[in-house]
Amino acid sequence: MDALLLQLLNGLDKGGAYALIALGLTLVFGTLGVVNFAHGALFMMGAFCAVVFDRLLNVETVTIDETQTTPWGTPMEIREPYIQSLLGDFGAFLVDYSVPISIILAIPIMLIIGVIMERGLIRHFYSRPHADQILVTFGLAIVLQEIIKHFFGANPIPQAAPDVVNGSADIGAMLGLDGIIAYPWWRLIYFVFSLLCIAAVFAFLQFTTYGMVVRAGMRDRETVGLLGIDIEKRFTVVFGIAAVVAGLAGVMYTPILPPDYHMGMDFLVLSFVVVVVGGMGSLGGAVLAGFLLGILQSFASMTEVKSIFPGIDQIIIYLVAVLILLTLPRGLMGRRGVMED
Amino acid sequence: MDTNNNVVLHVADVNKSFGGLKALTDVDLSVKEGTVHAIIGPNGAGKSTLLNVCIGRIPPDTGHVIFDGTVLDEITPHEINQLGVSRVFQTPEIFADLSLLENVMIPAFARRDGAFKFNPIRALSAEGEIREKAESHLEEVGLYAKRHTDAASLSRGDKRRLEMAMSLIQSPRLLLLDEPTAGMSRHDTNTTIDLLKTLKDRGMTKVIIEHDMHVVFSLADRISVLAQGRIIAEGTPDEVRNSPKVKEAYLGESQQ
Amino acid sequence: MFGNLSRNDWLLIAGFTVLVLAAPIWLAPLGAGYPAIMEKFCIFAIFAIGFNILFGLTGYLSFGHAAFLGVGSYAGVWMFKLFSMNVVLSTVFALICAGLFALIIGYISLRRSGIYFSILTLAFAQMMYNVAYSVLTPITNGETGLQLELSDPRYLDNALGASQSIGLPRTSFFGIDISGGGMPGFYFCAVILIICFYLSIRIFRSPFGMMLRAIKSNQTRMKYTGFNPKPYLLAAFVISGLYAGLAGALMVATDPLAGAERMQWTASGEVVLMTILGGVGTLVGPVIGATLIKYFENIFSAFNENILNATFDFLPEGLRHFAVEFSALFVGEGWFLTLGLVFMIVVIFLPGGIMEGIARIRALFSKKKTQDDAAEGSVVAAE
Repeated sequence: MDALLLQLLNGLDKGGAYALIALGLTLVFGTLGVVNFAHGALFMMGAFCAVVFDRLLNVETVTIDETQTTPWGTPMEIREPYIQSLLGDFGAFLVDYSVPISIILAIPIMLIIGVIMERGLIRHFYSRPHADQILVTFGLAIVLQEIIKHFFGANPIPQAAPDVVNGSADIGAMLGLDGIIAYPWWRLIYFVFSLLCIAAVFAFLQFTTYGMVVRAGMRDRETVGLLGIDIEKRFTVVFGIAAVVAGLAGVMYTPILPPDYHMGMDFLVLSFVVVVVGGMGSLGGAVLAGFLLGILQSFASMTEVKSIFPGIDQIIIYLVAVLILLTLPRGLMGRRGVMED
Repeated sequence: MDTNNNVVLHVADVNKSFGGLKALTDVDLSVKEGTVHAIIGPNGAGKSTLLNVCIGRIPPDTGHVIFDGTVLDEITPHEINQLGVSRVFQTPEIFADLSLLENVMIPAFARRDGAFKFNPIRALSAEGEIREKAESHLEEVGLYAKRHTDAASLSRGDKRRLEMAMSLIQSPRLLLLDEPTAGMSRHDTNTTIDLLKTLKDRGMTKVIIEHDMHVVFSLADRISVLAQGRIIAEGTPDEVRNSPKVKEAYLGESQQ
Repeated sequence: MFGNLSRNDWLLIAGFTVLVLAAPIWLAPLGAGYPAIMEKFCIFAIFAIGFNILFGLTGYLSFGHAAFLGVGSYAGVWMFKLFSMNVVLSTVFALICAGLFALIIGYISLRRSGIYFSILTLAFAQMMYNVAYSVLTPITNGETGLQLELSDPRYLDNALGASQSIGLPRTSFFGIDISGGGMPGFYFCAVILIICFYLSIRIFRSPFGMMLRAIKSNQTRMKYTGFNPKPYLLAAFVISGLYAGLAGALMVATDPLAGAERMQWTASGEVVLMTILGGVGTLVGPVIGATLIKYFENIFSAFNENILNATFDFLPEGLRHFAVEFSALFVGEGWFLTLGLVFMIVVIFLPGGIMEGIARIRALFSKKKTQDDAAEGSVVAAE
């Protein structure tokens, strides 16, 4: 029982990442009608926002302390993040909390990247066939990840969560169970964070006039165009939001998975599967499928399951996707008339 | 007039609604072999829905469409075509990226080879017979000179004529025409009427949806009047012309 | 059967044959006249020709064709290990395996179209990659890749008493070395490429090929014309899967090593790029695309900082440093960046690929010519 609960929890943070990426993917598809293969790259670039911020904070000053010597007899070098020597305790706090704080940096950066991408490239592909959209965004994804690789190298760059939440929470105690269920704090935070992001996106769509137009656009693009609403501007904003959501998902994921240049591609394929399972163009479906598949994957990686079906955790998501597509052609929550033949 | 009394197409008590909207109500229709049967009615009367039900594009809620003993609403579109039912669409459905000749050759292959034939090594140029047949059908609709151009470059009227040739080359037993002259000039309309008249001699049964009363009355053997999803009158052109019910529902408003 | 292609098609085949067979001569000055790279050209050309039969004719974009290439290469190596080093046996078995996989995956994926089809093929390919990489290690040897070993049984070879060489045996075509890195290996691939090219022309010019184009143009119309598009699509899918399997078989025939990375979806993306770079739906486009990409990959990957420094030697110090830094983005490890950029540029500006570019230039000239003709007052009678 405890083991099952733990697996369920383990699936939540990954599911949260899937849900956030898939949410943006399906939002863009539903409103703009574009299949964005570069969406995973946005997730990856968000993660690298955290890396950059961390590096900026960790620019070090080196002072030589003549009074102390190293075991090799040379004067002791004291390295200290510049910001720490400049701002003292507050600087140390910044360094410690670099991951969550870099959200502040990531929002404007991802927004700008998203707007540039939409204005510069995606916009010109609205009326082109889906195959062309796939191909050009696929090309863009390669370009973005190779640029990151060039500047940051091919190896994963670990990022630390703030010290306070470095350990694990005892979920068992929290829920009043007997056994100890140790669950890393940061994963719990990520899960809550992903819920907050999802709630924010839904609230935006539900309660603002902007969101209303977007929702109407997802239902019937042509009509909204006919209403004389400046749909293009709204498209840009939608794309920007999707980019920010993917970016934030990336930022917060860095303590869980050290970012490397191809993490975007890895998550993209799975997120596509999530979108398809959830139903193309369905926001609720994307969230639901994201968590479901995350949890499913987590269960499949239990040793008990793997001893029966070796390697099932590697392929379970794809198997489910194939099954869903064949039995429920519109996915779990897809609407009629979206991308049908 | 045709004396053959075989019913070739029978629409039996078909009902169809979209959401809460009733598109067809208890539609019952019999088309006799070798006749031209026109379906007329005001806009939104359900004429196109009826035709779509006949070719398997839309499944009826209740009732059946029976062609020569086969229930059409239970089989796929290509099977319906293979039975000998061909359709000319309201908006021309053609192969825009292919040449006119290819457009007309394709349905000829469907008639000769069936729904699927795997012949990847056979050369197209060896199909002289099909090619000649296609050329003569293009000539019949006056598009022979353009046979090597892409269909996408045709005018709307030419596209309709091309589509007509694509249907005719299959020598269908039943031809369904959805407003074959819509958007055509008076001259083109007359040519089309003449073409359709010659087909009568080939023993082809035709169901035709049309707004243009000139076309209807110069072609049809029988007319059914559809209004708000129901058949309100049926008979020979003269009977329909003189029916007060029809005048009220339709003719009065559309014929000045 | 042979007389039905047009004169132009026969000229094309003849020209293609000459160019391919004479490749060692005309590629030598370009620095690519050695067998290993020319074999690569042939193999990827076959892969792209096959992919083009699906994508070019039907418009169905598969993002998982590398999986069939992978299946072909694993099947080939197993034949070498178990039975014989003769490439005929391995190639036939690779074709059977790739064909079966294509049949199953195609049957399922083709139940959907458009973007769903692309994602389904992608999901299948990724699943097969994961299976090959970690699940089925007894068959695929996982990360290391499947390779020949001295202890391999090679039942057929041993039963026939083939001479035991020292070290690992080489693949052969009835006694002729294929994997030795010599010219026979290239000519083996070249002949198969020519056959593949010929078959692709036959398919393009057949009624079957016309039906595939008609499906791409208007699938709905196809149904109401009396055709069942599904078997046509499945046949095209399997044919292109066979081409991919054949490419995989040749890969291991020339270098008997099969690894999972060949099945990754970036590898599938590469064949898409080859096809669109050359020209989707054209006969020679995929061959051109495949050759160009493999050629430039070879050149670009070889660049390193020293070569770059030497190249920009003529520039003053500061400028040289900048030039070296900048171009280092695109060469060596950065080759994929160049690939991605080319991908984008082609899709944005030249969706018809190089063949469309050639056609445009040709149209420009012929337009000029007709204008000249008109100026001279010559009247060309309309047909």
